[in-house]
Order: sequence, then C-alpha cells, then structure tokens
Amino acid sequence: MRDFLARFTGRTEIYLAAVVLVIGALLSVLSPYFLTISNLIDLVETYSVTAILAMGLFVVLVSGGIDISFAATASVAQYAAAFAGTSLGWPAFVCIPLGLGVGCLLGCINAVLIHFFRISSIIITIATMSVYFGLLMFVSGGKSIYTLPDWLTTRVVFYESQMANGDVIRITLPILVMIIAVSLTFVLMTRLSAGRQIYAMGGNPEAARRLGVNIAAMQVLAYGYLGLMAGVAGLLQAHRVGEAVPNALVGHELNVLAAAVLGGASLAGGIGTVPGVILGIILLAMLQNGLNLLGVSSYFFQMVIGLAILVSTSITGLSSRPGRRRARPGEATGAARV
Amino acid sequence: MLMNPVLRLSKATKRFGGVLALDGVDWEVSPGEVHCLIGENGSGKSTLIKIIAGVHHADPGSGIEVDGVPYPRMTPALSKELGIHVIYQDLSLFPNLSVAENIAIDQVLGSLARPIRRGKMRAIAKAALARLGFVLPLDRPVARFSIAERQIIAICRGLAADARLLIMDEPTASLTRAEVKLLFGIVEKLKRQGIAIVFVSHRLEEVLEIAERATVLRDGRKVGTFSPAELDGKRLAELMTGLTIEQTVSARDMADATLLLEVLGLTRTGEFADVTLTLHRGEVLGLTGLLGAGRTELGLSLFGMARPDAGEIRIEGRPVVMGSNQDAINAGIAYLSEDRLNLGVNLRQSVKDNLVLPVLSRLAGRIGWIRPGKRRATATSLVSRLNIRTAGIEAPVQQLSGGNQQRVALAKWLATDPKILILDSPTVGVDIGNKQGIYEIIRELAGRGIGILLISDEIPEVYYTCDRVLHMREGRVVGSFLPSELSESELEKRVYA
Repeated sequence: MRDFLARFTGRTEIYLAAVVLVIGALLSVLSPYFLTISNLIDLVETYSVTAILAMGLFVVLVSGGIDISFAATASVAQYAAAFAGTSLGWPAFVCIPLGLGVGCLLGCINAVLIHFFRISSIIITIATMSVYFGLLMFVSGGKSIYTLPDWLTTRVVFYESQMANGDVIRITLPILVMIIAVSLTFVLMTRLSAGRQIYAMGGNPEAARRLGVNIAAMQVLAYGYLGLMAGVAGLLQAHRVGEAVPNALVGHELNVLAAAVLGGASLAGGIGTVPGVILGIILLAMLQNGLNLLGVSSYFFQMVIGLAILVSTSITGLSSRPGRRRARPGEATGAARV
Repeated sequence: MLMNPVLRLSKATKRFGGVLALDGVDWEVSPGEVHCLIGENGSGKSTLIKIIAGVHHADPGSGIEVDGVPYPRMTPALSKELGIHVIYQDLSLFPNLSVAENIAIDQVLGSLARPIRRGKMRAIAKAALARLGFVLPLDRPVARFSIAERQIIAICRGLAADARLLIMDEPTASLTRAEVKLLFGIVEKLKRQGIAIVFVSHRLEEVLEIAERATVLRDGRKVGTFSPAELDGKRLAELMTGLTIEQTVSARDMADATLLLEVLGLTRTGEFADVTLTLHRGEVLGLTGLLGAGRTELGLSLFGMARPDAGEIRIEGRPVVMGSNQDAINAGIAYLSEDRLNLGVNLRQSVKDNLVLPVLSRLAGRIGWIRPGKRRATATSLVSRLNIRTAGIEAPVQQLSGGNQQRVALAKWLATDPKILILDSPTVGVDIGNKQGIYEIIRELAGRGIGILLISDEIPEVYYTCDRVLHMREGRVVGSFLPSELSESELEKRVYA
C-alpha cells in the first residue's frame, strides 16, 4: 500500500486533480448552472475535438518533438472528406477512410521531413502548416461546404436517459469517439512496446538509437498518429457543426498545446501521461466555461491560455533543472540499499 | 591466465579516410578478468570498443574471436547475442523511464505491437539487482537517482542481457571517491561471477588499483599489456604519451613575497568553516581534499558567488566585501571552473573574438561602440603574452592545437588583468600531454606575479605544481604542507585516509 501511494505522491496529476477540484468547487458556488448534468455533458461534447487532438499531440510531445500543423491537417482532412461526399457524391465508407488517410499522410510527411532533413520539428511544422493550410484555401477558394451529406451530419446517440429533474444524459458520437481515442492512446503509450519506445526516444534519443530503436519508424508513428487523430477530429468537427469551414479549426493549436503542457507533457520530450493530459483539458474546459458563465469576455480566456502555457512550462523547467551540487560521498550509496 | 580468452582480436585495423585509427592490434580478454584499457584521447580506445560492439567494422585482415569462434562480420545485434555489453560513459539510460524498464530494456525493444509485461520486467530487474546485492525502488524514474545508482542500473542492464563481457567506458569520470570504491566492489562481485570486465579509464591511480592486466594504446597501436605490478603512475603516463615525463617538485619558498590575499576565519554554514589562508604575489597555492570537502564552495565564495556568513577577505591589505562576481572581477580576481577551461572557448570563432569577450564592456566607449583597432590590439598583446601559437588572431580557435586552445581559454581571463587567479580542477578530462602544458602556463603566470589558487583532487597535480598545499576536510583546512616536507605518496595518504 505504501508503495502504491508512493507512486502517486509528487506527480503532476495529483496537483492538477487538486486544482481541478478546487476550481470546480469555486465555479459551482459562483454559478449554479455550472455543476448541472446538461452543462457538463455539453462541455464534454464541445471539448471532444480538443481532447482527440490533444491525444495525438501528446504522443508527439513525448517523442521529443512538437507539431504546429495539426489544425491545418485536420482542416485539410475535413475538407477532403466533405468534398468527396458532397461534390463527388462518394459514399461514407470511402469518404471517412479518405479523410483519416489524408490526415495520417500529412502527419507522415511531417515525420519524413523532420527525420531526413534533421530540422527541428517546430520549424518544419510551422512551414507545413502554412503549406497545408495555404493549399486548402487555394483549392477551396476559402468557400465552406454547407450541404454535407446526411451520413456526416446526422446526430448519433448511443445512450440516453432522463434524470428525475429533467436533465438528459446523452452519449453521442463525438463523446464515444473521444473515449475510444483516449483509450487507444493510453494502451499505445503504456501497454505496447511501441509506446514505450516513443518514451525512450523522447527521454534519451542518443541512447535509443544506440540500443537499436528504429528512430525513423518512431517518428512516423508519432506524427502519423497525430495526423490520424487530426483526421478524426476534423471529421467530428464537421459532424458537430454540420458544415465544413476551411478555417474553422485554425487558431485552435494553442488550446490543444496548452491542455497537453498543463497536463504535464514536457516540451523536452519523454514526460507526460494520458490522465495528465485529460486533467489539463478538464481544467481548460472548466476555466473557459466558468468564465463564460460568469460573463467574462472571451478575450480574457485567450490570456488565460497563454498564461497556462507559461506557468506550466516554467514549473516543469524549474523542477527539472539539475541540482547545483553534486551528490556528496555516501549520500548516493545510502539510498541504494533501501 | 589458463582459461580460454572470451574475446580475442588479431591484427585489428581500422582506417577512417586517411586516418589510421587502429593499427594491427592483438588483444585478448579472459573470463572473470578485470582488464584495463588505457590511452589518451585519439589513441584508438573508442574505435576498439566500437569494433567489438559491432558499431564499426574492422578492415579486412582483422580478426575477432569470441570463445574461440571467429566472427568475420560483427554487428551490434550479434555482439549483444554473444554476451558483449558496452556501458558508454553517458550510461545510455532513459531518465524518464523506471528502473525496471531501464534494466529490462530488451522487453521494450523489438516488435512494436508487443504488449508490455510489467511483472516480467520487474522480475528481471529485481534479479539483476540482486546479483549485485542491491534493492532499488523499481518503479521510480531513473532521473531521481544519483549518478552512482545510475551506474548500478546501467550495469544491471548488462546483467539482464546475460553479459559475459562488460565494457565500461570511463565509468568513474563523474563519481566521487566513495562512489568509486562502491563501483570497485561491484566489479569485484561481477568478476567472481565469471564476467570479464574491460575498464576504460585515464585515471592512472584507479587503473593500478583495480586492474589485473592493463593494455596501453597509443596512436592506434598497442604499446603492450602489463600487470599492475610492473607499473606505477609515472611509467604508465610515459607508456601512454610516449614522452618521458619529468615530474620535479617546482615549489619555491614564497613566504617573503608581497602578501596578496588574506582570508581570515571565513565561514559559510554547511559548506566551510573558519578558513584562514594567505596567498602571496607569484605563489601557486594548492587546495586539495576529497570532493565535498568544501574546496569548490570556498573558491566560489572568494569569487563573490556565495556570500560568506562570517570572516574577512583582504586583498593587498584592504578588506573587501564582494556582493557578486562582478565585484570580484573588479577586485582583481579571476575564476575558472573545470568546464570553463574545457568548454571555455567558442571553437568556430576567431582567436580574437574569444580573447576579447570578457572585456568587451571595458573596450567599449560611452555609447557602447567598440573601435575595431582596440580589439585587435588587446588580442594581439594577449597572444604574445601567453605565447599562443596561431596563424593569426583571425584564425578560428578550432585550428589550434589542444594545448593552444587551453591557452586561449586562460588568456581570455587574463584580459581582465587579474591579480588572483582561482583555478578549479583545471585538468579534469585533459590528456596527460596537455596537462603538462597547463602546468607550464600556470607556472608562467605565477612567474608574472599572479597569485594562483589551484583547487584539485589530483595529488600529483598539486604536489608538483604548487609552492604550498592546503588540505581541506569537511569544510575546514586541516593541514598546510610544503612539497619539500613530505613525499607525494605521504600527501596522498593524508588526503585519502
């Protein structure tokens, strides 16, 4: 039991959970609407797209890289599927894989560029963001597709039940897909060899290379996975709003990044957990929703996002700074014989 | 050794472009043997290890045998399968992964879709640690362990991979003396379990302490394999460098020289206490003791980086209070830490740019404009003062020889015209040949009247370079010696007692 507890003390997730509880309690006092079932279900559905993107970005962050282009990728994937479904009249079983495939492909292109040109991932993905998005605007002429096929826009409800007070609990497609994406990411990163190799590569790339980790394959896996998640997110976004708007997701990158780093994912690589990222999203969602309910301007939230990134990265930076003194003789040997 | 060698190299040769990195080396390692491999940087040690590990392929005509079986084409995978395990100097651990994952790393590698079996990994890690008699918390990330513990984890990774030949590259480089003792205990245990250990080191005392045989490489060739009984530090140094190293006590009696620095009862709680010392013009004062004795901390306080709690510092008779290192520099003190000397030059920049860096603000006029002529003049005068051999002040530092690069690193701080120069472990990680060069520079600077405080835990270094040696233990100065009063080994005994 003590071992079990020791595993959790001092971990980011614990502090984050505490912050979430405190802010949640505060908001429920300030706004009676906050802690209602319908508000919470609404929040989960609204943030499903962010959460799916954050899962993908989390994997890339753990691998030691960063990706700025995923919102553009999601937009391209969304538009490709919507265009194929609307203008070409292709059926769902072609369009959905097409959208996901486009997302995955664009992610893989990032991986290949990063791996073979050995340029830092932030530069590459800023460039590809511009390329992907520019291409989309050029091809689409910036025009939205409003008449999406029914298979894409029909609401799917998997579970519904009415509470005594009239609130409705509803598990919709976005919520289910989010749950699947989160579970998949969790299994990939904690239970499969591939995920642990991504952690290893993020923690010490040189050692990983020496031990025979296939770095190229890991890069493709990480960025391709984010691309796939971007494709999923793009399609879901279209499903939720009932239209494909080329620039609907652009500008969303920072929220997703903020959620991931708030959740303890380190920009230096190798650090972070799925539960942490989920807590990061919950915190952001609560802040945005709470500020909304309290009638604070949405511009204020943008500032909060920026501050969240600043604070959480500086805390990680400070705590990972190596001690200024070397271990004194004896100190090291003591702990070794617990 | 009666047993068949676990590893035998014959005529191992490796050419990189025009450079012959390894030239016909015959070498063998027996099971359960501790075999030291020594040589200066560039002597071929790394190339040799990489050939054994399969990272480099030896040139045709070379032979590698493991247990008497020749392997014409060694690969990393094959080498590993044969039980050869290299622990590189950086240990190749993953700081973010747990102890169990780091030790049982083979369970993580390989097929991507394989499920992770945590229970099995923990069992493997536990068993490997048990072979060395250690228990570590298996789920804790490696980042939270000390360097010595990480070394244990790295060794256990080898044990988990069933290593029979463990090659350790400079394993003691960042260990304290007590940790080195611990490591030697582990090596002893491994040896009793029949594992052959190749110990790559350039700390000669350690080689003599642990090795059963020592092979010396120089310029890619094998000088010979020796038993420690045939060797001493001086002989070993000569074998490594090919030079006859004349170590003579260079101490002079400086008691009559002008007093430069007086330290009276200086105390900083938890670091050092009641330190009193004097430094004269042109004197080289050694400050030795074990790591953690407070030497570096004292040096930092004298350089204004850590404010003492009590006591007084006087420079040329005047009491000074230093709130920052800027105050110290203005008071005429320069301080070089070990990494300053090694990493203290920007290799791609010119000699001139390197030299004027610390004094840019002094060269600048009121609005920050620096006249190019002033920079050139400063650089030229430093080059001639320190006899830096360079094609010119515009040559990039990387074109200079190692010794001259060191001179640039030193000269840079001389630009501030210090009266007192504090050198903390100036030769850590420096080849023997270049060490001599640094000692020469130190003597030269002392000859110009600079008072030098040389902080070092290498006994020969302080013994042969200093005029006087102070011994620190647990934050206090416990002894003051003149090299003429005792022998090198007596001094060593006192410090390491």
